[in-house]
Amino acid sequence: MEIKRRDFLKGLASGALLAVAPPALAGSPKKSRLPDALGILYDSTLCVGCQVCMVACKKANNMPDEHYGPQKIWDNPIDLSAKTLNIIKEYENGNGKYKDRKIDGYAFVKRQCMHCVDPSCVSACPASALTKDRKTGIVTYNKDACIGCRYCEIVCPFNIPKFQWEEPFPQIVKCQLCSHLLVKGEIAACCSECPTGASLFGPVKDLLKETGRRQKMTPGKQYDFPISSISSGKTQTHKAARYIPHVYGENEAGGTQVLYLAGMPFNRLGLPELPDRPYTALAENIQHMLYKGMILPIVALGGLIFLVKRTGEKEE
Amino acid sequence: MKKQNHFTLDEKLSDISRRDFMKFCGIMAVSMGLPIGVAPQIAAAITNPKRRPPVIWLHGQECTGCTESLLWTSHPSIANLILELISLDYHETLEVGAGHQAEAAFNNAVTENAGKFILVIEGSVPVKDGGIYCKIGGRPFTDIVKETAAKAAAIVAIGSCASWGGVQSSEPNPTGATGIPEFLKGTTVVTIPGCPPNAYNFLSTILHFLTFGKLPDLDEKGRPKFAYGRLIHENCERRPHFDAGRFAEEFGDEGHRKGYCLFKLGCKGPMTYANCPSILFNEVGSGAWPVGTGHPCFGCVEEGIGFTIPQFTQADVENVTPAAAHAPIRAERGAGVSKGSAALLGGIAGAAIGAGAVIAKRLGDADKGE
Amino acid sequence: MKEKKPIGGRIFTIPFLICLGIALIALYFLAKRFIFGLGAVTNMNDGYPWGIWIAYDVVVGTAFGCGGYAMALLVYIFNKGEYHPLVRPAIMTSVFGYSLAAVAVFFDIGRYWNMYNIFLPWYANTNSVLLEVALCIAAYCLVLWIEFSPTFVKTEQTKAKLNKVMFIFIALGILLPTMHQSSLGTMMIAAGQKLSPLWWTGLLPLLFLISAITMGYAVVIFESSIATLRYKLADETDILGKLSSIMPWLLGAYLIVRFGDVIVRGHFGLIFKGDLLGNMFILENILLIIPMCLLAVPGNRKNARLLFLSAVSLMLSGGIYRFNCYIIGFNPGTGWHYFPAVPEIFITLGLVSVELMAYLWFIKRLPIYRSA
Repeated sequence: MEIKRRDFLKGLASGALLAVAPPALAGSPKKSRLPDALGILYDSTLCVGCQVCMVACKKANNMPDEHYGPQKIWDNPIDLSAKTLNIIKEYENGNGKYKDRKIDGYAFVKRQCMHCVDPSCVSACPASALTKDRKTGIVTYNKDACIGCRYCEIVCPFNIPKFQWEEPFPQIVKCQLCSHLLVKGEIAACCSECPTGASLFGPVKDLLKETGRRQKMTPGKQYDFPISSISSGKTQTHKAARYIPHVYGENEAGGTQVLYLAGMPFNRLGLPELPDRPYTALAENIQHMLYKGMILPIVALGGLIFLVKRTGEKEE
Repeated sequence: MKKQNHFTLDEKLSDISRRDFMKFCGIMAVSMGLPIGVAPQIAAAITNPKRRPPVIWLHGQECTGCTESLLWTSHPSIANLILELISLDYHETLEVGAGHQAEAAFNNAVTENAGKFILVIEGSVPVKDGGIYCKIGGRPFTDIVKETAAKAAAIVAIGSCASWGGVQSSEPNPTGATGIPEFLKGTTVVTIPGCPPNAYNFLSTILHFLTFGKLPDLDEKGRPKFAYGRLIHENCERRPHFDAGRFAEEFGDEGHRKGYCLFKLGCKGPMTYANCPSILFNEVGSGAWPVGTGHPCFGCVEEGIGFTIPQFTQADVENVTPAAAHAPIRAERGAGVSKGSAALLGGIAGAAIGAGAVIAKRLGDADKGE
Repeated sequence: MKEKKPIGGRIFTIPFLICLGIALIALYFLAKRFIFGLGAVTNMNDGYPWGIWIAYDVVVGTAFGCGGYAMALLVYIFNKGEYHPLVRPAIMTSVFGYSLAAVAVFFDIGRYWNMYNIFLPWYANTNSVLLEVALCIAAYCLVLWIEFSPTFVKTEQTKAKLNKVMFIFIALGILLPTMHQSSLGTMMIAAGQKLSPLWWTGLLPLLFLISAITMGYAVVIFESSIATLRYKLADETDILGKLSSIMPWLLGAYLIVRFGDVIVRGHFGLIFKGDLLGNMFILENILLIIPMCLLAVPGNRKNARLLFLSAVSLMLSGGIYRFNCYIIGFNPGTGWHYFPAVPEIFITLGLVSVELMAYLWFIKRLPIYRSA
């Protein structure tokens, strides 16, 4: 079920058939990145799978343990959930011996909220419970606004928002990039604890520059990699891996503030192939085309009233 | 008898080289979590006779294992050294005298050193039936403890019995065995639980008092934080096996012989706070602690765990962290078709089809009827 | 024109009591849902956050409730006054369909005590398709009850007053379903890559709108057939047959858009893959093509049985189409499964039972039908 950009445009075009107005084809302009946006660069090739980011995340956000299997002795979620905001997953193939290799290899991937440039959840939420910070671009949740409809879960292309199914008074749960730590001048817990710099916190524009630097590295040569935060000044020396020439999140779903580098195709790591606009943008376009300022509905209502009155008079 | 005791100890003392002595002081400093630079200070405190407080050691309901473990500490002559240097004025096990002689020695020691001595209590206090289950010289232990404690400069409860009641306090607790902190409620009592406790934890506490003139930082149960602040599970050499899911399933099986985690055998390490895996016992080398030798932790230091939760009952894991295994990229989840739901939906569909057929038939009949 | 009047008769008949029993079971599970959370009674999960309560109770339920919309469209927009007798029963089914959908939403949403937030302007998100749907459905419920009110308003004075302003509500009663039925389609556009390309298209709103109208007509025929048979009412086959003559055209138009879209987007091959999705697509459309062919023959349109069967087939087709869009064709992609749990099904059954009970009570006590 891979929908490519071509399909997306076709969808857009077919959606436009509905419209009387030609500008609908162009739709609203693509949203651009906020200049002070904050994000994370996750470099799968640097990740050693220690899961300290998961521990740090649970501690920083006061999240409960989650158990799979008969023994409740590990916090071992198998996916993001209402109890887990951040998870390290492992790709394994064949004998699983070689890092970042598709065949007989393994690789790690960190999953968490992508903090999209044009977040689907924010677009879809009927009660504005999910909002994108105007400065940092962090997508946060307001439980007092939320009605629990779970439309955010339907529309999120990355399957990030989760719902507390077992609670009588449930909430939507998702990573909020440790917003409560940022106001204290700290950084996201997963990044501050990451020993190798695989999870790197920083302004998205700097992180994008860093991805450019890493893409140009010669595989096998030693380089310095910043750890924790891009401006921390602390570095670790690692051998550069063979990166695939693609930064996931640069354009996916309109771009995300969490960026990925990896040594193997991202779809193997469970990251979906997405067009460069979020699907909600298309839904929004159709919506705005029809309902902008409620002009079309009001005109339609006027016409309907006329028709109804005419019929009524004839019957009388 | 006192003289004789002194004589033996003097003799023993002469065996200790300065080097060994400083090494001991260093070990003490480190086990308390103090910088090694404190060692000379400790040495000075030990060797300055004026600053040596007298120690009075009482035994209640116990097995004397605590004393034994202290005496058997195998670093050169430590037990003797410390018994000498802290001026142990009364200790029933080490007392040569007996009967009235011993009683007199005890009374002397208490009266002479009133307000200055460190009172060490080994064993619990039986409080049931007026304390008749433990009497010394015809007096209930309850009275002895109360009277002596009132005159002590500091009180140390050594061993689990003294700390919280120990084995005797397990259900049904026939003698009403009570720990010293509970018995002397309102008084600061340092507890060194363990069955037996690690001698170094005791010695370090005493030396801290000697060196700095005050007790070390204590937790809410009166335990020195340096010794009881760490969870065994998080300092255990077998922890990697736990994280990787490698467990000994029974004693002597392959996993047990390979040194796998003892969690499934009921190890209470995940619930027990003690420094056993860090400082080990009796300086005989690595692995010299229960789990190291292949026996699951019994939780002897923890009230409500040791002697309470059965040995093979699995512990609750505090501070749960991820396993070494990782979640797969794709994980099958969610409920598929169940028998009940399929049957129910089938029933509804059947009923609907039946009703539809009947209606269609009747509609046809009605048509014909017209 | 024959007079509309209550049918009369006992309320507590055997069908009514069966419905009551099911409703009570549902009530028990509902109590569980509110005490222990949604997870206690449903199989909904983070991969399939919407189950049958949304797909059936709301998305299909409101489409079944489009009878009133379809008839109003015909009577007032296409100026076909002869269908007027069908309007009131149609409005009644709409009242039930929509009111119960609103109730079902209340059971389904997690933070129901915050539900009023969608009416608060400072929480409104004008980008949200769901907000538009929610507001429209809420407004339409109100409009439907007002449209339906002449059946139970007693005083002539009020009736007269109502009659004066009724034209506004009738107009709204056409506008609002057009808006939200199409938006039910737009909602799944946002699901993007999670929805199979057999269903995901920019034309979802158009397809949903047409299917709402066809399902609305089908429900009118269905309901009228059963009522005529059961309560020996005035035979409406003639008028129903006439009504059905529009259907082949509408269905044909729908099929052209449906298949044209799949072909243009280059996913025609997926239909014949032989997997669940392909088969569901075929089923959905066969159930639409058969009645289209049947109703295209004028003689069939006078046959009450064939009319009824065509209506059932159309309702099924529309229902399956909406299920496909909301559940079956939906796959979040990381190994999630969903099939409704028994309590979940019972709560939906309970809602249907309540609807049936209300229907029985209404037709026996209120002037809905023309008697024979």
